[in-house]
Amino acid sequence: MSAAAEQAWVRQAKAQSALSKLFDWKPFLVVMCMLPAVGLLMVFLTYPLGLGIWLAFTDTTIGRSGRWVGLENFEYMLEDPIWWNAVFFSVFYTGIATIGKFGLGLWLALLLNNHLPFKSMLRAIILLPWIVPTVLTAIAFWWIYNPQFSIISWIFIELGLRETNIDFINTAWPARWSLIGANIWRGIPFVAISLLAGLQTISPSLYEAALLDGSTGWQRFRYITFPMLLPILAIVMTFSIIFTFTDFQLVYAITRGGPVNSTHLLATLAFQRGIPGGQLGEGAAIAVSMIPFLVFATLFSYFALARRKWQQGESND
Amino acid sequence: MANIITRRSILAAGAGAAALAAGGEALAQSQVQVASGVAAPTLPIENGATLRMLRPVRFVAPDEEVFRANCARFTQQTGVQVRVDFVGWEDINQQTAVTANTGAGPDIIVGFGDAPHIYADKLVEVSDIAEYLGRKYGGWMFVGNKLGKRHGTNNWIGLPFGGTAGPLVWRKSAVNQVGYQTPPNDLPGFLEMCKKLRQAGKPSGFALGNAVGDGNGFANWLMWSHGASITDEAGAVSVSSPQTLAALNYLKELYPTFVDGGTISWGDISNNQAYAANSLFVTSNGVSLYFALKNDPATRAIADDTEHSVMPLGVASSWPSAPLTLNAMVFRHSRFPNASKALLAFLMEQPQYEPWLNANLGYWAQPLNAYKDASVWSSDPKIALFRDSMNNQFWNGYKGPISEASGQANAEYVLVQMFAAVAAGQSTPEAAMREADRRARRIFRR
Repeated sequence: MSAAAEQAWVRQAKAQSALSKLFDWKPFLVVMCMLPAVGLLMVFLTYPLGLGIWLAFTDTTIGRSGRWVGLENFEYMLEDPIWWNAVFFSVFYTGIATIGKFGLGLWLALLLNNHLPFKSMLRAIILLPWIVPTVLTAIAFWWIYNPQFSIISWIFIELGLRETNIDFINTAWPARWSLIGANIWRGIPFVAISLLAGLQTISPSLYEAALLDGSTGWQRFRYITFPMLLPILAIVMTFSIIFTFTDFQLVYAITRGGPVNSTHLLATLAFQRGIPGGQLGEGAAIAVSMIPFLVFATLFSYFALARRKWQQGESND
Repeated sequence: MANIITRRSILAAGAGAAALAAGGEALAQSQVQVASGVAAPTLPIENGATLRMLRPVRFVAPDEEVFRANCARFTQQTGVQVRVDFVGWEDINQQTAVTANTGAGPDIIVGFGDAPHIYADKLVEVSDIAEYLGRKYGGWMFVGNKLGKRHGTNNWIGLPFGGTAGPLVWRKSAVNQVGYQTPPNDLPGFLEMCKKLRQAGKPSGFALGNAVGDGNGFANWLMWSHGASITDEAGAVSVSSPQTLAALNYLKELYPTFVDGGTISWGDISNNQAYAANSLFVTSNGVSLYFALKNDPATRAIADDTEHSVMPLGVASSWPSAPLTLNAMVFRHSRFPNASKALLAFLMEQPQYEPWLNANLGYWAQPLNAYKDASVWSSDPKIALFRDSMNNQFWNGYKGPISEASGQANAEYVLVQMFAAVAAGQSTPEAAMREADRRARRIFRR
């Protein structure tokens, strides 16, 4: 009996099928477990990105598959003043709006970090501009900047300070500044709330020690707050730069890239060429031309701001 | 091109029911002259045919009601089921492109003017029904002929269904106040009037922003009334010309007379807003503006004071405006080409077409001469002008063949931006013209 039972048991152990062996094999398991994630990434990330890059090298139009044209789209782009203008404005828009958002956002975060009555309520209200859908913001600003019906112009004229409407979006430079203003207004809450979260992680004992040493307010900001905030600043700035550089809705809804293409961002120009203009290939080339700028901006934030040794628990050099 | 994207007026449903009821009696009352003894082409309808059709959404509710009723009557008479889908204006070009290139989808699309010319190779010729309708209904009007036939041939690839143009819209009181009965029809006189209007505080204004309908319509008027065109007859770019320069210099003088705040950032809706707010007194727009004012009690007085007339002709011999046109096409992939053609012909026959035309209140004008006597054109003297929209001798991409490129030049605002750059003082006329020529050459290179 016992011998037979032992035999049966041994046979069972030997009977591990090829399939079950396969599943015991670690490399196979690793591949199987990764497959769903890889599949999702391929279908929803790699394929569209790859398709976009491939389209940039063809003359595809909407509804007609194109021929391979090599670098032709890029060659035309480089001699197209409209593209150069879009590059200039994208960089300018991102640069100025980021400075504005971070300057004002940091200031707001420092104010909110104080003990105020109704603190949580205030913080919630601050977030409002960021919560409102961008298109609604854009439409509101479109009315505020309207050449005939602007409320700001109306107030100035009613007060007798001006006789004509203010030129917000009718000529190139005012239009550029107006869009930057709208973007800053919208972006401040995100920066302020993120930095506020960072501020609250700074240990109060550092400030107490500094106070005992007789530091001034500026010194406490410069030597405690700012360095302690840098890691989160780097991350928030990376995100902010990417969002601003690829902004679309504000510009498209307020000026459609006008007057005379002076406020086209690369994203709006790519859309204008690709969808209403029907030149998918050219549109894709313009969209692809954004990639180097974004990679550069990301690397800059990362290396310039975030690669501090103390983040890994070491002291600065 | 008329401003049709900003259609704010939805008429009371009562008007729809009335128009529908009138449809039934139209046979008895119609003034439309139909030639007798014209034999219809024989179109044996395929066994078990069913049809699917796309068309743009309506301006006014009765449009859709009458259209559906007409299709239902076709089903009743032939047993062919017809399904009609109404598609947003912004989407119909894309859906046409996909249908043409995948060879699947609806049998018939009533698209916009250019579409049959872009997809000519994918379409069934409709010469038989077009020639039949032309003989029976007094002949096709100019735009009907131009947009229906393949360039340089007599082969019909599209069946124009209706069109609408953008005239000068003006306040009678303002124009009278500065000493005119009607706006002058010559360019220097028109400029003079605009200067006086500005002095009187009742300025004019025309869109120079990225506005698909109004912006392109105004830019085309400036070009065509000066004898300029984006391409020549053969389709070669002809932006650089003394005529274009003259148009640019004309605008340079005209623009300072525009409404305070300028029009360079205007979209399609902006002139409607300013006109309805009593801050704009002369502009160009489709008929939708008038109806929006007329149907709103708050602005009824403005509508009563509003007149339509053709834009100043300049050197043009007809109204320099390209009507936005509905153009029907039958796809080769359809398994029922005869049924498709029979349906289109049926919809354009008097018992169906006239009630539909009347139901549209003037938003759409006929491409066939005989329908000029439809009752809609005598219903309101202020819209009578639109009756002849399809007789304009202009189209998008004039003077060249209609192509994908002419549509793209419109969509990318090549001419609008040329004019806006000069109006803004951003470029000299010469520089703006060179830049537009460069962009046009790129677009028309194929």
